[in-house]
Amino acid sequence: MKVAYWPGCVSRGFTPELHGSMAKVAPLLDIELVQLDRANCCGAGVIAEHNQELADTLNARTFALAQQVEGAELMMNICSTCQGAQGECQERLDANAEYRAHVNSTLADEGLTYEKGLTNKNFLWLLVEEIGLEKLTSLVKRPLTNLKVGPFYGCYIVRPRARLGIDEEHPRDHYLEQLIEALGGTVIEYAGMRKCCGFPIITMNKEASLKQAGRHLGDALDAEADCLVTPCPLCHLNLDMQQPLAEKVVGRELNMPVLHLPQLVGLALGLEPKELGLSRHVVRPTSVIDWSTSVVGAAA
Amino acid sequence: MAETHRPPEKFTLRMRRYDPESGEAPYWDEHTIELEPHRSVLEGILQAKAKFDGSIGIRCSCRAAICGSCGVRINGEPGLACHTHLDRARASSKDGVIEVEPMGNMPVIKDMIVDMDAVHWKKVQRVTPWLINEGPQPEREHIVPRESMVDITQTMACIQCGACVSDCLAMEVDPGFIGPAALAKAYRFVGDPRDEEQRERLVDLSEDPQGLYDCTHCFKCVDACPKDVNPMGQIMRLRRIAGADQHIVDQNNGHRHEETMVTLIKDYGLLHEAEMIPRSYGGNSWFGKFHPAAGKELLSSLPVAIRGVMKRKMSIKIALFGHKIPKQDLNAVKKIYEKVESKPERYELNLYISGEDEDPNEHVPVSAGSGAAMPSAPGAEGTT
Repeated sequence: MKVAYWPGCVSRGFTPELHGSMAKVAPLLDIELVQLDRANCCGAGVIAEHNQELADTLNARTFALAQQVEGAELMMNICSTCQGAQGECQERLDANAEYRAHVNSTLADEGLTYEKGLTNKNFLWLLVEEIGLEKLTSLVKRPLTNLKVGPFYGCYIVRPRARLGIDEEHPRDHYLEQLIEALGGTVIEYAGMRKCCGFPIITMNKEASLKQAGRHLGDALDAEADCLVTPCPLCHLNLDMQQPLAEKVVGRELNMPVLHLPQLVGLALGLEPKELGLSRHVVRPTSVIDWSTSVVGAAA
Repeated sequence: MAETHRPPEKFTLRMRRYDPESGEAPYWDEHTIELEPHRSVLEGILQAKAKFDGSIGIRCSCRAAICGSCGVRINGEPGLACHTHLDRARASSKDGVIEVEPMGNMPVIKDMIVDMDAVHWKKVQRVTPWLINEGPQPEREHIVPRESMVDITQTMACIQCGACVSDCLAMEVDPGFIGPAALAKAYRFVGDPRDEEQRERLVDLSEDPQGLYDCTHCFKCVDACPKDVNPMGQIMRLRRIAGADQHIVDQNNGHRHEETMVTLIKDYGLLHEAEMIPRSYGGNSWFGKFHPAAGKELLSSLPVAIRGVMKRKMSIKIALFGHKIPKQDLNAVKKIYEKVESKPERYELNLYISGEDEDPNEHVPVSAGSGAAMPSAPGAEGTT
């Protein structure tokens, strides 16, 4: 399937391994990624904090560009924060025709128009809803047997429930668990699964931010997870890149590797850890990857 | 959408019991009650109290989601016991048993009764929750245009139940954080045209390191609220007014962080991560990195940066220069900024107030209080 692909900013900045692994995994799932090179940052909720109309207009621009991709079935993102921030703007744009016309009058300067009703799905939702877990399982070459994975969703993809379309038919706040099982792994449930990594306040209250990251990593460690998996690169930054500092704040050693979603999927589909960029993480996933044999499984 | 003629069913409740004066630890207590499936969890608890154990402690009063007394956690999520159907609660439970606990972030007095005074009310009082207007008093009431009061009707819907405070994730790690209920209450006055202390209120809340800019932006309070108050949305309104209108600079770097993000997207089209820290601490310009506060933070972040570069996580080029969208597109983005930011008044659409279009192809005039397009708490029936 062809998708209008919004990779976000951070996947091309401080988490290049996310961008790279997504590029490697897409062809294995028959996903043609048409990257929206012209599109701008979603604002991450911070631009909306400053000026709502500005955030709505900037995201309407991205939506309009996505709608221009011929043959694309939907827009796909690889970041929980993009999903949530864009979703909030889209909700306003779709709900009020007058407002939408007003925003479109600004986009008209560039010759763009946003038409109501764009489908914007995170890679996680696409895997479950468009590709399907059964199909995914059939493509697994290296089942994640014995790998104990803790899901870490990221706030913006699980709240608010109604806006994110989470209901009984689409238990999107349980998709990571379903996915881990479909790939052959073991789901580890722990207290911090759907809590906040702290990234939004890393410059405002560093201690509180790292305490959140440290606690949730600690909860996963106590629940005996081998690693975490997250669909959000901002969470990844606070959980992986800042893990050494988080350890100091909560006063315990963590050594908890955090995988990006496409990396976990890529491993199960038979790709090598190195080509998925796992060596770039600050906390190396050696507990889950036996580098000598490239076999996935918990170290004894 | 429950049918009122469904026969009664058995539901098992697992309640968290605790009596501080007994000297014993908290424990789980299960009782199986029998009620029609559309009845509320509160009615289930009251039946258990009447039939099996009169000592079960629960606060309640109106049983109609307006008094705010029966705030609890059901299956781990905060909400009102009277506002949650038994069948829905069972469906969202892990093992078919409905788990009821006291709300979080507040000391437990007994069973499901928490000390709201110690946490919730104390924080609400902190924002001076009454109108301050020292001017000459009108003979009857202050007359203000209706449109000027419509926006605060959303935060006025708060019934002070504490559900948002219960699960606030910032408060969980930082108990001194003033919290969503208090800040939503603060907006009720900041947004009221009759109040004369708008700036003073915002300065106070911004300068408090555990105030306005301590919110971790996690939406927990938005989901928790049974009245669609959207506390986090009110917090963002406060920040908008504090930053853009009153130009208040807080010591948490919150305002600078916001300005930095806005400026970087205008200049690059994408986020330039490496500039976030120096500018948030030192000031929103290229020279921000030379400010002592920025220097201090950059130095302490040096190990993180070095590690990142050595692992080839971030290239030095990205770290120093960031990345931009193509020139033509960047110009288009700049034009959008200019057009939107040059307006004398911000255009803020609030779906709680305006509702959704009834006909997808037509627009409806703005009307107050009609329908909410806002989320409802999990396990609870949404308000209309």
